[in-house]
Amino acid sequence: MSLYVLCFILFAIGIYCLLVKKNLVKKVVGLGIAEYAINLFFILLGYRPGAEAPILDPNRVITDFVDPLPQALILTSIVIGLGVTALMVAIVVRLYEKYKTFDIDEIRRLRG
Amino acid sequence: MSLIVKRITRITVSLIFLFGVYIVMHGHLTPGGGFAGGVIIALSFIHLVLAFGKEEALKRLKESTVSIVESIGGLMFLGIALLGLFGGYFFLNILAKGKPFHLFSSGIIILCNIAIFLKVGAGLFAIFIALAVFRMPVSDNEEAGSNPKGIGPEDTFKRGPKK
Amino acid sequence: MLPIFVIIPLGCAFLMPIAGKLRQGFCQVLANICGLSLLFFSLNSIHWLKSGLKIYYLGGWQPPFGICMVLDGLTVLMLLVVNIIGSMSLLYSVDYIRKFTSPAFYYTLFCLLLAGLNGMVISGDLFNLFVFLEITSIASYSLVAFGTEAEELEAAFKYLVLGSVASSLILLAIGMLLGHVSTLNMADISRSLSNSAAPDLVFYCLALFIAGFALKSGLVPFHAWLADAHPAAPAPMSAMLSGVVIKTMGVYALCRVIFNIIGFNSAVSSVLTWLGIISMAIGVLLAIGQWDFKRLLAYHSISQIGYVVFGIGLGTPLGIAGGLFHLFNHSLFKSLLFLNSGSVEFSTATRRLDKLGGLSSQMPVTSATSLVASLSIAGIPPLCGFWSKLLIIIAAFQANNFIGGWVCIAVAMVTLASFLKVQKYAFNRKAKEVSSNIKEVPFFMLLAMVVLAILCIAIGLWFWPFMELVITPAANVLLEGTNYAKSILGV
Repeated sequence: MSLYVLCFILFAIGIYCLLVKKNLVKKVVGLGIAEYAINLFFILLGYRPGAEAPILDPNRVITDFVDPLPQALILTSIVIGLGVTALMVAIVVRLYEKYKTFDIDEIRRLRG
Repeated sequence: MSLIVKRITRITVSLIFLFGVYIVMHGHLTPGGGFAGGVIIALSFIHLVLAFGKEEALKRLKESTVSIVESIGGLMFLGIALLGLFGGYFFLNILAKGKPFHLFSSGIIILCNIAIFLKVGAGLFAIFIALAVFRMPVSDNEEAGSNPKGIGPEDTFKRGPKK
Repeated sequence: MLPIFVIIPLGCAFLMPIAGKLRQGFCQVLANICGLSLLFFSLNSIHWLKSGLKIYYLGGWQPPFGICMVLDGLTVLMLLVVNIIGSMSLLYSVDYIRKFTSPAFYYTLFCLLLAGLNGMVISGDLFNLFVFLEITSIASYSLVAFGTEAEELEAAFKYLVLGSVASSLILLAIGMLLGHVSTLNMADISRSLSNSAAPDLVFYCLALFIAGFALKSGLVPFHAWLADAHPAAPAPMSAMLSGVVIKTMGVYALCRVIFNIIGFNSAVSSVLTWLGIISMAIGVLLAIGQWDFKRLLAYHSISQIGYVVFGIGLGTPLGIAGGLFHLFNHSLFKSLLFLNSGSVEFSTATRRLDKLGGLSSQMPVTSATSLVASLSIAGIPPLCGFWSKLLIIIAAFQANNFIGGWVCIAVAMVTLASFLKVQKYAFNRKAKEVSSNIKEVPFFMLLAMVVLAILCIAIGLWFWPFMELVITPAANVLLEGTNYAKSILGV
């Protein structure tokens, strides 16, 4: 139970970093931390105490595995996170070309 | 990069590539599969870029080839899924499922892994090349220290030809 | 044959880079074949539904082990919304894309967007819904940043940050639900939740779901990204964003989760109606002082989505039918308005209302369709917007929600005033500088706008058959609520 609470605290740290920090690159790092926290939460859901990794072995019969479904879901989620991070970094690079700064307070031409 | 790095890279690039192919082919027996193998194979090409520079690596694998390989990977995945329609359902596993724990068992999974590895490997390499083209804008009358808040890249990040 | 809605746009998206290298105009042809065939199949789906609920098992695996795709009344309505606006935007982009330099990338991203939207709508599995939601989100972030000018990149970055926060909240809610019920099939989750109730967990998941989906759909107080992202995108993409994406990712997914999986109760009803009332009021108040054409339209989107959520949140059959009908109508006339603003920008290279003028003589088709769309959004009979707003107002007063009813009426009047201002400044007054080289826009753009305007008028005149054919089955799906599980699993 305490592990789940630690996952939520990590997610909160990631969202804080994403929303509060002023440097664009730090926002990218914050989003990465938030994604890691959610992936970790999902994998912890599948844990069964005293069980083994879900890989079949031809030599012996294993009776209890951890739940492999959240692991498959997390593979998908990690790939999605990779795509979003790549897009975010590309936009940050282009923003630096146009505005010549990484500071989010200076990038405010859209108002009203 | 120095001579030692270039010498070692010649050996390790092929080893990394072989390792990636191993992970892809045994995706249904051991952990890994298409995505992990694709990332490792893209890493072997990125290893070339880091050691020799972008032009050398692009001589081995042109950007247009990368784009076509990526599309072929996606189309192959869709085609394999459509093959299942012959058995009645989209995405049905219709190839022969051999004995368990052999390399050529479990039907279409190994073909899907190969399709995913093509797409992911080519895609990641294309992302890296697209981001590596960027050069920090360096002009004569603007230094990094003139930004009053001090948030911006340091002097060490400047690259590119001095004007 | 349900996966065809995902196969066609995915295949076209993968073929597009190769097609773009072969010949220059080939990707336009391929994209339009994709759009028109999707439109044809979605019009057919009304006919498929007549013989009952359709379920398609992917790979032959039965639920709850496998992923299934479901075609019911709400799906048919959303398929019509997505594919009509999608195919018209693709037709419009044939000429509009001349302003940009790489049409192959644009069409690839647009086909991926269509694949994600269609997949989200037909999915019967909660994590499948999330994956297609992410595909749609990534495609829309890239398309908003397509012009790579400074303002577009800034808008895209803001949209990306807030959209990722929304996706993480939704994923967290799915994770918590998965931990409790250990299954991902929507029907199976609702059956498990009714068997073993866990009210605290469900309350927390519901809060996260409402926060995530309201962020995606641009309700107040989650609306900060919408006013920057919708004007910055290219015009056909703005039409898709405002007309389809915020409805599918936000309102449709929220309805599926709340009505069919978790179940509707009075607490959720009051949350949705208050979100709707606040969005209506604040959206239109922010829109009054705008002089940028597309930014004004974006703020009006917030207010009209407030109408939809208010109508659906009332929970009565008339309210839900009114809300869903307004969803359909708003996609029609708001996309038409965004395409009009794109045409104005294509011909005159400006979006500021105080610099435009006198376009009704120089661009007759654009101003006629813009008049139809403005009257429709303001709620003038007999156009389509009038009927849906009337239904929502009557449903509000019937459900004793007097605050909501009066706010609806007041917002409708302010919307009318705002669009009269748009019509006067952009089209009807004498131009300050007469420039003689403002011509009407090319053929395909006109075709897309005229088709949407004809649909606005036709659905306004024949609204009762349309309601019985499409809206009533959709409202019935939402009203039967958790009985959805019985229809799918047959238990």
